[in-house]
Amino acid sequence: MYELQEVSKRFGETLALHPLSLRLPTGRTTVLLGPSGCGKSTLVRLLNGLLRPDTGRVLFDGQPLPPEGKALLALRHRVGYALQGGGLFPHLTGEENVTLMAHHLRWSAERTRQRRDTLVELTRFPVEALSRYPAQLSGGQRQRVALMRALMLDPDVLLLDEPLGALDPLVRHELQADLRAIFARLRKTVVLVTHDLAEAGFLGDSILLMRDGRVVQQGPLSELEARPADPFVTHFIQAQRPPPGGGAAA
Amino acid sequence: MRPDGVPAPSASLRAERWRSVRAWSRGRDRRSVPALFVLVLVMLALGACRNRDAGGGEPTVRVGSKKFTESVILGDMAAELARSTGAQVQHRRELGGTTVLWEALRRGELDVYPEYTGTLRQELLSSLKLPDDAALRQALAREGLRMSQPLGFNNTYALGMKAADAERLGIRRISDLRDHPELRFGFSNEFMDRGDGWPALRDAYRLPQRDVRGLDHDLAYRGLEAGSIQVTDLYSTDAEIAAYHLRVLEDDLHHFPTYDAVLLYRADLESRAPGALAAMRRLEGRLSEAEMVKLNARARLERVPEARVSADFLSSTLGVTPPDVRGDGLAARVWLRTREHLFLVCVSLSAALALAVPLGVLAARRPRLGQGVLGLAGVIQTIPSLALLVVMIPLLGIGSKPAIAALFLYSLLPIVRNTAAGLTGIPLEVRESADALGLPPNARLWRIDLPMASPSILAGVQTAAVINVGTATLGALVGAGGYGQPILTGIRLDDVGLILEGALPAAALALLVSGLFEAAGRALVPTGLRLRAESESR
Repeated sequence: MYELQEVSKRFGETLALHPLSLRLPTGRTTVLLGPSGCGKSTLVRLLNGLLRPDTGRVLFDGQPLPPEGKALLALRHRVGYALQGGGLFPHLTGEENVTLMAHHLRWSAERTRQRRDTLVELTRFPVEALSRYPAQLSGGQRQRVALMRALMLDPDVLLLDEPLGALDPLVRHELQADLRAIFARLRKTVVLVTHDLAEAGFLGDSILLMRDGRVVQQGPLSELEARPADPFVTHFIQAQRPPPGGGAAA
Repeated sequence: MRPDGVPAPSASLRAERWRSVRAWSRGRDRRSVPALFVLVLVMLALGACRNRDAGGGEPTVRVGSKKFTESVILGDMAAELARSTGAQVQHRRELGGTTVLWEALRRGELDVYPEYTGTLRQELLSSLKLPDDAALRQALAREGLRMSQPLGFNNTYALGMKAADAERLGIRRISDLRDHPELRFGFSNEFMDRGDGWPALRDAYRLPQRDVRGLDHDLAYRGLEAGSIQVTDLYSTDAEIAAYHLRVLEDDLHHFPTYDAVLLYRADLESRAPGALAAMRRLEGRLSEAEMVKLNARARLERVPEARVSADFLSSTLGVTPPDVRGDGLAARVWLRTREHLFLVCVSLSAALALAVPLGVLAARRPRLGQGVLGLAGVIQTIPSLALLVVMIPLLGIGSKPAIAALFLYSLLPIVRNTAAGLTGIPLEVRESADALGLPPNARLWRIDLPMASPSILAGVQTAAVINVGTATLGALVGAGGYGQPILTGIRLDDVGLILEGALPAAALALLVSGLFEAAGRALVPTGLRLRAESESR
């Protein structure tokens, strides 16, 4: 679905992303994993044109990403995006957030309603909460609205930047399970950003472990554990394991 | 009359003479200069589309007067005389200063107003250094203006003292003061400071007095009454001359310039309304200084309306009896002022809203351009209101137009600034979400940006509206009416009741407008934003 060719991005003095070439396979969930500031959020923003690469190019479906104008808007309709905290529009109700684009594209009321109902069922969102404003929703509910909004136009790709970052552990756990079910059911190309190893292993088909703007290793979690490409990989994995003899050991 | 019952002297006349327009334009505020320039350009554009009112069957005569009592009385006299010939007469009373009237006359928005030869020679045409009245007449002719023969009195600077003291000491002329070095002088601060005030007078007459102090003019009369000073400066037709039984000392060396009262009128009045002009010119030579002092005192100290004072004079001296003057009731007056005031506020605020919100959007989208827009709006804000009004007059004339233009300009900054601030204050994740959805810029503006910035925009409009209601009171200075009219008259006559008649409704209107915008905020600001504000304040 996506192919990156020697793509790099610089912010002032810092090289946020070193020249990088990679492919993101269609219908698979790729997780961008790494510590804060490793370039994973920069990478995901290059995929829907929120950022433009300084060098190289991003191919979507074999075509270079359009730089601007209607073509870029059309591309974004095919790429759903949700970020940490949801990024919901506070002046619109949950439902209005979800159906905003459908209204703008003049979908019929019937079509909009059907799509909304499908998504409510898919994300297990309480119907009665649709008329609430973001300020009246819980963190988990806000994240589900953001997910519905990203999926409203039935995009080919779903980009999720730390979607579960701001949630408490119980809600987070519940949403992780729901997300995995949703990914499995929709079979979309998903790119998910996280710094949580367990989440990456649980949700991702493939993991890109990043550090300082470079991809350190790419592959399933089992491969990262069995054949670390770098001491950093081992270090990163160990840092997120419960301490030996800790009470939380399974 | 008890001294403390006497109102302040003709402060506005005084202020006008000393602090002429030249003085403040000379650089009270240097920052305003580029803004004034830009403004002139804007106003030229606006001025191009103004319409002149055409005359009808009966000749129309528009009379003006300055915002001090003597001028209003003379304006009323001229207006009544013209009206007695059947002309349609409009009297724009109490306009805010010499420049306002002068420009309005030159532009043809006024036909006639009372002026002083000294003001013409020393202020309005000072650059021409006119030696005498003949030269003045020629200079006026070049502007398409004429002036009548003097009306009879010379309202110039003078020295005065208690008549009883003067009698006892045998003082009639200023040069008589030379023989009495022990006299204590108290002069208004302006008279003390100005080169052509006390220092020049002292040198011209070689006056020996040592005990000379500067004081507030109000206090000078009380000082005379109490005997702490014996001589002060005054204008030769001040109402207080009669009230305090003062003797005006003759300026026997002709040190002070002459300020003969005349009627200044447009040359075309001679062909357009010869009858009305002839009637007005019957005032020539009919008003002595003593007569004018009496008339001023009647209006200022006895609080007789100027129209009444003028009518009584006309019927006793010229045998012209105007129709009975009857003022409107309080409620009718306040209602009229309210309508005028609301008109100024509504038109200027709507226009400002229509321009400032797009400018704010532009400022938020193009930060560098935005700096320029905000800077310019900020500079406009620093221009003193009176200066702004006067600058408008050559372009927009007098009446509501210059006032609306000034209020419009003053209303821009709060709205532009708050619109830009509201838009740039939208959280990053919301802006990013809107972008990532693929919403085109215009749809994003209407569906996301403006609703989210609406609390800030409304707050800006509210600020602009409240400032606007207050500033609109100055509109009376250029003949726009409104609540400023009774305030202006009240200040001139030292009549607190009249001041309150304008100030209280103005304050009430400001509160009402503020309240209306609060209510509008509840109706217009999206529910979700108010919920957020509430949850954040918890």
